[in-house]
Amino acid sequence: MSAVLEQELPPPHRWIAAQRASDVEITQAVADPLFQPAGRTWWLALLASLPFVLWFFGSIGWLFDQGIGIWGINSTIVWGVAIANYVWWIGIGNAGTLISAMLLLTRQQWRCSINRFAEAMTLFAVAIAGIMPIIHLGRPIYAYWLAPYPNTMALWPQWRSALVWDFWAIVSYLLFSILFWYVSLIPDLATMRDRTRTRAGQLLYGAFALGWRGSAGHWRKLQTLHTTMAALGVPLVCSVHSIVGLDFAASLMPGWQEGIFPPYFVVGAMYSGFAMVVVLALAFRWGLDLQAIITRRHFEVMGKILLMASIVMGYSYATEWFMGWYGGEHSDRSLVAFEFTGTYAPLFWALLFCNVVLPQALWFPAVRRSLPALFAIAIGINIGMWLERILIIWNTLSHDYMPSLWRSFHFTFWDWSFLIAPLGLFAFLFLLFVRLVPAVSMFDMRELAHREGAT
Amino acid sequence: MTGPLLAEFRDPETLSRALAQVKQARYCVLDAFTPHPVEGLAEELAVGTSAIRPVMLAGGLTVAAFAFALQWYSAVINYPINSGGRPLNSWQVFWLVPFEVGVFAAALCGVIALFWSCGLPRLHHPLFEVPGFERATQDRFFLLAAPEADDEAALDLRHLLEAAGAVVVTEVHQP
Repeated sequence: MSAVLEQELPPPHRWIAAQRASDVEITQAVADPLFQPAGRTWWLALLASLPFVLWFFGSIGWLFDQGIGIWGINSTIVWGVAIANYVWWIGIGNAGTLISAMLLLTRQQWRCSINRFAEAMTLFAVAIAGIMPIIHLGRPIYAYWLAPYPNTMALWPQWRSALVWDFWAIVSYLLFSILFWYVSLIPDLATMRDRTRTRAGQLLYGAFALGWRGSAGHWRKLQTLHTTMAALGVPLVCSVHSIVGLDFAASLMPGWQEGIFPPYFVVGAMYSGFAMVVVLALAFRWGLDLQAIITRRHFEVMGKILLMASIVMGYSYATEWFMGWYGGEHSDRSLVAFEFTGTYAPLFWALLFCNVVLPQALWFPAVRRSLPALFAIAIGINIGMWLERILIIWNTLSHDYMPSLWRSFHFTFWDWSFLIAPLGLFAFLFLLFVRLVPAVSMFDMRELAHREGAT
Repeated sequence: MTGPLLAEFRDPETLSRALAQVKQARYCVLDAFTPHPVEGLAEELAVGTSAIRPVMLAGGLTVAAFAFALQWYSAVINYPINSGGRPLNSWQVFWLVPFEVGVFAAALCGVIALFWSCGLPRLHHPLFEVPGFERATQDRFFLLAAPEADDEAALDLRHLLEAAGAVVVTEVHQP
């Protein structure tokens, strides 16, 4: 809908790249694409993602039939792609709510064009992440034993187990994220209800809008709730990924039993999640013609955040190596040496390049303003972060205390399946999302436009 | 007996000015409806602060306390296991689950409190009958004000709203 919000240079407003952006124009720009038939690009993208969805569910079916031996895991490297995927996906999932909540609390006005789809990203990524530990269980049919319920075996969950913490963290976080997303969606659903021409649309949006009328009192209560949820969301997100870090840190393995793991995992989560937001924002901006709402300045700011996060990541890696050496334990020191020179060294160097070296290009304003460059860096960070997650597992398990147990991991077809196919499912869910729900928060945009004097 | 009047405005500034005039003339302002939150409007309308935050705190703490008690009871009383010599009451790690579920419970209580105090969900409302009210979620700003009792006051209020810049003034039955 670039025709509605015509982009003109230089932009007179800080966060809106259009001369004027009245309430109607913003509403049209965001809502109207949803009422028009989906374009060819959307259908092609959906068709392209569909085989991956089938592949993913087919792989899960095969896994349930055959057991986890179809993966490259063995009796030494007992964790593999499923756990790395879990950490990677929940990292991406953490970023949506974290970004949205932190930017809301710090009153960053530019958040309103990215928060909605960043939160949607959270929902889909956490849902995919939640599948991973379950399929990693040897007997997934007993996954519900993680929950305390009255049973004839008179058994209780083992509350000291990191797996149980994980279960509660994922469930609480997923449900919290749904509520956080939905609360800020209600006014926009009301707009959709009032704009749609079809009876089915009115019923559907009307039911989910719950009769929202935009009353001043309701707005105030909604804002109170939303900011309070944001204030709760930030510690929740940090705790969720800290618990993921504790899966490793609560063990006795060299390279895992480190106090830095929880914060280091949180930073990594925010880092990969922000990179994913950049990728999605670029896709959205292009696919939905939202050039006036998601401006180049937005990307410049996100580039700065990525740069900052990459520095913190580099610092965390350096701390790990330093502590490995300084602690003086032979197993820790030899593990660090193994990381740099061992079986997986090429991947380790690639991870350092993607996560620490490549983002340094963002020091240059020209790179931050170049969308192709930013896209390439964001993809690189996502690859680097996945490598980090898998290498945390592989390096430690391949280089345990007992040299007689040292083995290496070999990818099988099913490892590739569980690595690639979920990306297709994620894309599929996102494509459905952009056709059903306004991808940008319209009421926040209207408020921003009024504040910037763009109406 | 006339019903309250719903006045439609083009922008929030006009709405705020009209609101001040209506209040000055001592009419009863019932509510305002805007497509986005307008700063200071709720204060002008003297909408009471709601108890959303205390409800969230109470709900979150209750569920967290329950979760902690459940862990303590199962690990210490009902199903004690010596796991690597750790104390049965491993209260340090028993804080993790209560925190997670407590935050979720607080959010859920907040959402329920929001719906309860706003009277939502209410899929139909007499205001939806007013032609043009669908623009309250898009680009128009509405003010709902009640005249005293007699028809003369209603007419005065209507003139006041129109003079203040209202595009349309509609009478609403049963607010």
